[in-house]
Formats: sequence, C-alpha cells, structure tokens
Amino acid sequence: MTGSRRAHPSRVPVLALGATLLITLQGELHDSMAEQLQEDLTHRIAHSPVTGVVIDISGVDIVDSFLGRVLAEIASHARLMAARTILAGMRPAVAITLVELGLTLPGLPTALDVERALAMFEHGPCPDPPHPRRANHADLP
Amino acid sequence: MQTSHDTGTIRLPIGSDTDLAWVRQQVRQAAAELGFGLVQQTKLVTAVSELARNTLIHGGGGQVEMTVLHQGPVLGLRLAFTDDGPGIRDIEQAMTDGYTTGSGLGMGLSGAKRLVQEFGIDSRPGGGTTITVAAWATGLPHPRAEDG
Ligand SMILES: Nc1ncnc2c1ncn2[C@@H]1O[C@H](COP(=O)(O)OP(=O)(O)OP(=O)(O)O)[C@@H](O)[C@H]1O
Ligand SMILES: [Mg+2]
Repeated sequence: MTGSRRAHPSRVPVLALGATLLITLQGELHDSMAEQLQEDLTHRIAHSPVTGVVIDISGVDIVDSFLGRVLAEIASHARLMAARTILAGMRPAVAITLVELGLTLPGLPTALDVERALAMFEHGPCPDPPHPRRANHADLP
Repeated sequence: MQTSHDTGTIRLPIGSDTDLAWVRQQVRQAAAELGFGLVQQTKLVTAVSELARNTLIHGGGGQVEMTVLHQGPVLGLRLAFTDDGPGIRDIEQAMTDGYTTGSGLGMGLSGAKRLVQEFGIDSRPGGGTTITVAAWATGLPHPRAEDG
C-alpha cells in the first residue's frame, strides 16, 4: 500500500558554481538519501578543485540528530579536503528546535541565505584556518 | 490527574526509513490541524523523528499509535512508540545527553524529552520498549508535579 505515497528522488542534486558546490535539501529527506549525499559529496570534493560547499536547508522543515550528524560529518570530511562548508537558510523554527534538542553543530557556520553564504566565500580565505585536530579551540584569545 | 479523553487512534508501522518519513508527515499534518503553531509542530515532529528512529534502529522496528487528546478546550496529541526489541537496561543512563550504544550522538531520547510536554518510558531488558509522549496545542498550564 505504499503506492499512494509520494515518490521521492533517490539522490540529492549537487550543483557546481565554480569551485563551490551548492546542495539544496528539500522537504522529506529519507535517511538513505542523506547518507547517499554524504558519499556523493565526499567523492566530488576529492575529485575536483572544490574550496566551498553551501548546503541550502531553507526547504527543510526539521533537522533531527540523524540529519544533524550527517551535516556535521559532511563539513568535517570537506574540511579534511580543504573545503569549507556553510549551512544556509535554516528556518527559525528549526533553529529553536535544534537548541532545545541539544545539537550545536560545531564546525558548521551558518548564513541567512545562499547569497550571503556565497558572499562569505568571496571574502577571501578563512581567517581562522581549521586545525586538523582542534578545529574549535586552536587559538583561544 | 489526567482528565483528558481520547477521540480516535491511528496506528502507523515503523519498519523502514520510508515509514519514518511517513510518520513525520502524518504527525505534522495532525498537529497542524489541531492548531499547533509552527514552532510547536517543528518541536513535536523532531521529537517524533528521534523516537521513531530509535524504534526502528534500536528496537528492530515496531509501530506508533497517535491519539488526539482533549483537555477542556485544549487539544493535544499523544504518541506511543512500541517495539519488541531488546529493551533498555538502564533507562537513566539512556536518558543522559551523549549516551549511545550505537554510532549516534546520543541526543535522541534526552533531546526528545525536552521537546514535548509529557514523556514516559516503559522498558525492560528482553521485554521491548514503549515510549509515550504528549504535546499540547497551546501554552497549557503544565501539571506542576511533572518531574525527572
Ligand atoms: N526503542 C529502543 N530499544 C532499545 N534501546 C533503545 C531504544 N531507544 C533508545 N535506546 C537506547 O538508548 C540509547 C540512547 O538513545 P538516543 O536516541 O539518545 O541515542 P542514539 O539513538 O544512540 O543516538 P542519536 O539518537 O543521537 O542518533 C541508545 O543508544 C540505545 O541504547
Ligand atoms: Mg536515537
């Protein structure tokens, strides 16, 4: 009786804008799709000169611990291959819920929207180059 | 002290990640129809996603029962997630932020509890697990005695 349920594409499309990859997540994201995306992205970054990844989640209505972990892992894999990841367009209700859930998503900077995320990449290299071991605590003032 | 009564229950299976998506959609729709605000809907659906995934991954699959609650003019939803899996040996430990026996972040149970108004676990080793939560459509005066 699954025929009446809406069919879903099995892959999330990844768009290349120069050296930046743009991923747009939308609606109901199945766990298997999130895992597939993680694999696809890691492959893309390893095989092309990518320096930035923007993940647009403005169309996502919940981020739970599973999706949160996938996003954090994408960012940390990208970082190991010298690419930065920015999460764009998180809905206010999602942000409020994430805080209460207790997910902090360290290593995942956010931007209000895709345009601003892309602008963040244009403003030169990351002023605070991530250290492979202690990305968040390398240089406390 | 619970004076609410039930009006119809629906049962949804939890056996695959497609089912997880379906359960989230059904709960979202029910909550919206009952007048939950956007933030309330998002909190409830997120909690449901955590609990349904635990039923699938840790409990080996099961089902969720969704019941509409009335308490005076206030509407709510009760969701009971049931599986016949291995059960939870130490509930207090499982409820601790960051505790996991798998590869997760260990935030699901403790986080879900913070996202709903009522939360209960019935589980014993070898005897399966039932986790029941409830959320209300408006700022219902919370039962004061609720603790833990
Ligand atoms: N339905 C269940 N049946 C058996 N054990 C469970 C069940 N739900 C939770 N647990 C146990 O409680 C632990 C904590 O659950 P919790 O959801 O907080 O973390 P997780 O599922 O391991 O990781 P996360 O949800 O953050 O991805 C689990 O690792 C598991 O051992
Ligand atoms: Mg979990």
